[in-house]
Amino acid sequence: MINWPNFVSQLFNGLALGALLALISSGLTIIYGTLGVLNLAHGAMFMIGGYAGYVAYTYTGSFIIAVIAGSLFVMVLGVVMERVIIRHFYQRPHEDQLLVTFGLGICFVEIVRLIFTSQSQVVPPPAALQGITSLGFLFYPTYRLAVVGIVAVALGALFLVLYRTRLGMIVRAGIEDSVMVDSLGINVYRVFMIVFGIGAMAAGFAGIINAPVVSLTPGVGDDILVETFVVVVIGGVGSFPGAILGGLIAGEIISITSMFNPGYAYVMLFAAMTLVLVLRPHGLLGTQGRE
Amino acid sequence: MSTKEFRPGRGLNVSRRTLLQAGAGLIGGTVLPVSLTAPAFAEDHPAIGTYPAGSSGSSVFIGISVPRTGTYAVQGEDELKGYQLAIEHINSGHDLIKKISPKTTKGVLGKELKFGVADSAAKPNEAVQAQQRFITENKAVMITGGTSSAVAVALNKLAQREKVIFVCGISGSNDTTGKDCVRYGFRQNFFGQTAAAAIAPVLIKQFGKNKKAAYLTPDYTYGHTVTKSMQDHLAEAGWTTTTNQVSPLGAPDYSSYLLNVANSGADVLINVNWGHDAVLSTQQAKQFGVLDKMKLVVPYQVPFIARETGGLMQGVYAATDYWWTIEDKYPLAKMFNDAFEKKYSYKPEWGAENAYVSFAHWARMVEEAGSFYPPDVIKAYEKGETIPSLVGDVHYRPEDHQCVRPVIIVRGKMEKEMKNKEDYYEVVEIVPGESLMQKPDEFGCHLGDYT
Repeated sequence: MINWPNFVSQLFNGLALGALLALISSGLTIIYGTLGVLNLAHGAMFMIGGYAGYVAYTYTGSFIIAVIAGSLFVMVLGVVMERVIIRHFYQRPHEDQLLVTFGLGICFVEIVRLIFTSQSQVVPPPAALQGITSLGFLFYPTYRLAVVGIVAVALGALFLVLYRTRLGMIVRAGIEDSVMVDSLGINVYRVFMIVFGIGAMAAGFAGIINAPVVSLTPGVGDDILVETFVVVVIGGVGSFPGAILGGLIAGEIISITSMFNPGYAYVMLFAAMTLVLVLRPHGLLGTQGRE
Repeated sequence: MSTKEFRPGRGLNVSRRTLLQAGAGLIGGTVLPVSLTAPAFAEDHPAIGTYPAGSSGSSVFIGISVPRTGTYAVQGEDELKGYQLAIEHINSGHDLIKKISPKTTKGVLGKELKFGVADSAAKPNEAVQAQQRFITENKAVMITGGTSSAVAVALNKLAQREKVIFVCGISGSNDTTGKDCVRYGFRQNFFGQTAAAAIAPVLIKQFGKNKKAAYLTPDYTYGHTVTKSMQDHLAEAGWTTTTNQVSPLGAPDYSSYLLNVANSGADVLINVNWGHDAVLSTQQAKQFGVLDKMKLVVPYQVPFIARETGGLMQGVYAATDYWWTIEDKYPLAKMFNDAFEKKYSYKPEWGAENAYVSFAHWARMVEEAGSFYPPDVIKAYEKGETIPSLVGDVHYRPEDHQCVRPVIIVRGKMEKEMKNKEDYYEVVEIVPGESLMQKPDEFGCHLGDYT
């Protein structure tokens, strides 16, 4: 299938795939950059966003309400998780943080499995975004096109929060040096809670936005978590622009490689990550010295 | 014991005669089993695997590993229900079990079946670790597991090494009873070769000769062998492959594969993916308009796919091990459906059917052998006797331990044709098994040793 029309199609698909990966990864990278906690429950929160939205959709029939419900539910869940559990782990070794978030992720997945079983659930896209759109060079699902726009707006909003508000300035300062932020009299733990909530909300939002693209299962977050980590490593840990760049690169690698040999799509993704780690251990847009 | 503690005639009023009698009894108690029974083991049934330790009590243990998480979780749960129902029926001496295994009274050789369940997540290493534990700690007399041929092949090897019988769960790869076959492994269900041989004539009749097909193939032994079998059988009618999109198990998105399919100019999309991968890739094929351009075929039917894809299987041809509506033709299927539905409140799919029948067949073979001694049980299978199943009479081939059984071709019903909410398929044809089988050595099967 190596020809120009297919190449252009795959290039575009890589963009759409990458946009979604960028959104999920941005939440992960902000939390890790600020709190220093690698949240292995991030995939589960992505999944819960989808299910919370699915429940809201079942009761209301409104996709917009489903998106709001999915995002808010996971944000609240994130804040509660940070207050009740995560904050006790800031001073503990990274291994403990990994284990506790990994454990929480398993609990979330199994609770959802208990309630909804493993059978997949479907959240249809809004009526206006159903069907296929012709772009001239390819036919593409209308909803996926919309996802590119939705993700661009969401990332834009995150950008404004991070780069145009006082809170964003504190968060970015916290990513660089949280001890210094604390020394300046800023309640860094309150900031941590807000950041965890925002990061979780990004995952929840991505979960419900992604729900019409995939069918929801309790394991949907596990499948995407690995890719998300690759994105963060490529883009640079703690770097918001890095998550966007990493997401787009990952999307393009998967799409373009599949045109030549689909069996190597994920091999190439990990090969690219390895290359970045060798040449630029802190990631493409990461800063050396960040933990 | 010190001599001071033993004071005959004082604290313990023991006479010389009583002492001699007790001594004789003690000696008899310890010596007799050794002198009378141990030589029998040594000559006929030397210890092997978990024999005789696993079957010396009043119960025997079965190790079950099914995927309860991951992309095959739904199918694994269904499979587990089939195993549990079979164990319940065997232990209680249910009429259906007696139809398949006439010598069964209660339990197997009068011993109650107990079992342990582990989540394999469809990963070979997790399944092997769990089953190794069941063998070592619980002295399992039989292990089972599947819903992934990668797991089945790994457990085949474990069974042969540990000399414990492996009754295979869902496994569609030609390799399971082909190049990776073992003396200690048995498979009841249909597989790539028989699925392809059964469905190819139906597809050629339906869609014509010289068609172009695109494949979606999961990247492991099941996917590769099923796709190869389909390509081989369809090539006889001039069908060609425009593209074969190989994807990893549990791929989170199929868009890039489907774009290649959409641009391939194929007439038919043959989706070999399984479990949630099949559901997701089929749904996304619809989203990308692929199903409007080409006909979908599912050569190795996926339990629950019709329920999960919400109408996308309508008009789609599939090959399967079992579909519940054959109960009109097969009385044992009716008995099974009724018992299953009563317990679990839904119609059984083929994962549960395979689980149930494979256990019932194992129980029969042990009863026939009259012993849990693995080589005797294996030889009972290898007699190749015609035995009942839920889809009529079947037999196991001694050369590769594959059950020769019919393959059922189904077509997804349109909504208006459905008589009830679970009436997803019409049975197009029940193809007898014998005509579908490859030569026993065609896929390179060399069964190992008995001992």
